[in-house]
Amino acid sequence: MSFFATVKVALTALRVNKLRSLLTMLGIIIGVAAVIAMVAVGAGAQARVEDQIRSLGSNLIIILSGNFTGGGVRMGSGTQLTISEDDAYALAGEIPAIQAAAPTLRSNGQVVFGNSNWSTQIFGITPDYLEARQWEVVAGQPLDQSQVDSAAKVVLLGQTVARALFGEADPVGETVRVRRVPHTVIGLLERKGQSMMGQDQDDVVLIPISTARKRVLGGTNVKTRNVQNITVRVRDGADIAATEQEMRELLRQRHKLQSSQEDDFFIRNLSEVLAAQEASSRILALLLAAVASVSLVVGGIGIMNIMLVSVTERTREIGLRLAVGARGRDILTQFLVEAVTLALIGGLVGIVLGAIASYAVGHFAGWRTEMSAGAVLLAFGFSGAIGVFFGFYPARTAARLNPIDALRHE
Amino acid sequence: MPMPKRQQIAPAPEPLISVRDLVKVYPLGESEVHALAGVSVDVAEGEFIAVMGPSGSGKSTFMNLIGCLDTATSGSYRFAGVDVANLPRDALAHIRNRQIGFVFQQFNLLPRTSALENVELPLFYAGMPAALRHARAREKLAQVGLAARARHSPAQLSGGQQQRVAIARALVNNPKLILADEPTGALDSVTSLEVMALLQELNRGGITIIVVTHEQDIASFASRLLTFRDGKLTRDTPNAARDAAALAVAQRPPASVAAP
Repeated sequence: MSFFATVKVALTALRVNKLRSLLTMLGIIIGVAAVIAMVAVGAGAQARVEDQIRSLGSNLIIILSGNFTGGGVRMGSGTQLTISEDDAYALAGEIPAIQAAAPTLRSNGQVVFGNSNWSTQIFGITPDYLEARQWEVVAGQPLDQSQVDSAAKVVLLGQTVARALFGEADPVGETVRVRRVPHTVIGLLERKGQSMMGQDQDDVVLIPISTARKRVLGGTNVKTRNVQNITVRVRDGADIAATEQEMRELLRQRHKLQSSQEDDFFIRNLSEVLAAQEASSRILALLLAAVASVSLVVGGIGIMNIMLVSVTERTREIGLRLAVGARGRDILTQFLVEAVTLALIGGLVGIVLGAIASYAVGHFAGWRTEMSAGAVLLAFGFSGAIGVFFGFYPARTAARLNPIDALRHE
Repeated sequence: MPMPKRQQIAPAPEPLISVRDLVKVYPLGESEVHALAGVSVDVAEGEFIAVMGPSGSGKSTFMNLIGCLDTATSGSYRFAGVDVANLPRDALAHIRNRQIGFVFQQFNLLPRTSALENVELPLFYAGMPAALRHARAREKLAQVGLAARARHSPAQLSGGQQQRVAIARALVNNPKLILADEPTGALDSVTSLEVMALLQELNRGGITIIVVTHEQDIASFASRLLTFRDGKLTRDTPNAARDAAALAVAQRPPASVAAP
């Protein structure tokens, strides 16, 4: 007997018991829909984390100034600035995988406008910094190189600072005093939100690094070209770990470190934090999928239950089929195909319902959801596998019936 | 117009059915039931046999073994020259499919399935392509006089018609043997006669027929009677004065029962 013909027999049997077939499928439908929706919610959460990461710069590497060791006493990181602007230019110039290397001087201080004042972070930067952080201005102009070269007294305001000093008013063109030095506001930075450590990334003012060094920060750093850190952006698709290694070698060479000496700088990247975040959201997604899978298994048991009832009910039919020449495996195939068909149709309906559910969750609860083709295929394949797994026992029971007993069955 | 009395066919060198010392024992709790306690019989091709006996006599067990639906505990059974006593399940299924047609008391048609599809069922398991299946099934339905009812489901057919569909199904693989287990048990007397007439007609066409019955008048249409008692074949008598069911049907009009 051909496989196609067997499928036809199975479909006919399912059509004969429409309501029962539908109810049996319901378990699988709910299970698959739950899996699809839960995976979509999980994937949505994961994607949101990834987006957050991307906003921070997933291919950002930060080089921190190292510690100063004097007389056997190791001072804390940044106590002595060991990296310089020139290190940054060298990195950008010599390592092709680096898109931008931005030296940054950082300090804190008071920013005053009229009778408002605000304590914030002051970053001395070059235009590369905006590129490295992928930070746009939403009003006014970004910093340009000529302003760095001329140590112009211009400032870009973070959103938090602008709100604190200007409220809703437009700050561009106004003059604010940064550590008592008057600066013209040339631009307002786009909102970055919180960093993953919970810091407000918008509570900052950016001024040219030259201005910061010569006019604003003062102190010991004026005469050197040293900086606290260098923000490096690696080109998309480049190998971060390899680039990090190249950077380390270049800096060691520039700092003339012997192979026995420790690095006098630190290289940090965000990928570890991101990896942890991603891992936790992946676990969440897995957990959701696991819970939903339980309902799939319950649906499978429903199929087994109904198939067993069906085998009992149709014992005489099985007996007749055996009497007219059906072999055990014909009967096995017939009932297995019935179970798998139930499961697969249930799976298809479940996928549609799951898609609707995840759309509804996204639309009404405002959660981000993402349906993936992989999850859909997996759910479909899984429901087929459930049909085979839970259909096998009833089908084998049918195939092993003795024709005489089956024919006499009342 | 009396039917010519049928000549007893001389035993062929190899009978269609050759049974020797057939024993079937069923375990029943601690003890055993000897459903069949050593039966030996030959059936030649073209015979029309009635198997009789009270319930528990072993006639059903005998039929199951003859029909390759079950295997004997001991003894030998040769069907059409093949020793089938120890064949595996699938091989028996093949023999049932190709060489034996079954007719049951309760018709055993698939519900909600057309007469045509019911008749096709054995061909289906024989692996015949759909077009050939349809053609053959239509031919057999025509042979039992139901060509016009091919699309009807069993529920839309009378008992007699259902049994004729079942006979068409038994015929569809052109079997050597038709086994009918109480084929008239669920039918009224008139329809019973019609069914027996049909079986006699098929028998004239060369098919060997074995009918299990407990009704003497049904048995009278057979050419040979086998009587079972306590698991043994107790009587084996030719029925020379065989009745023609078709004649009985023709003579039926005034009376409801036509048999003697």
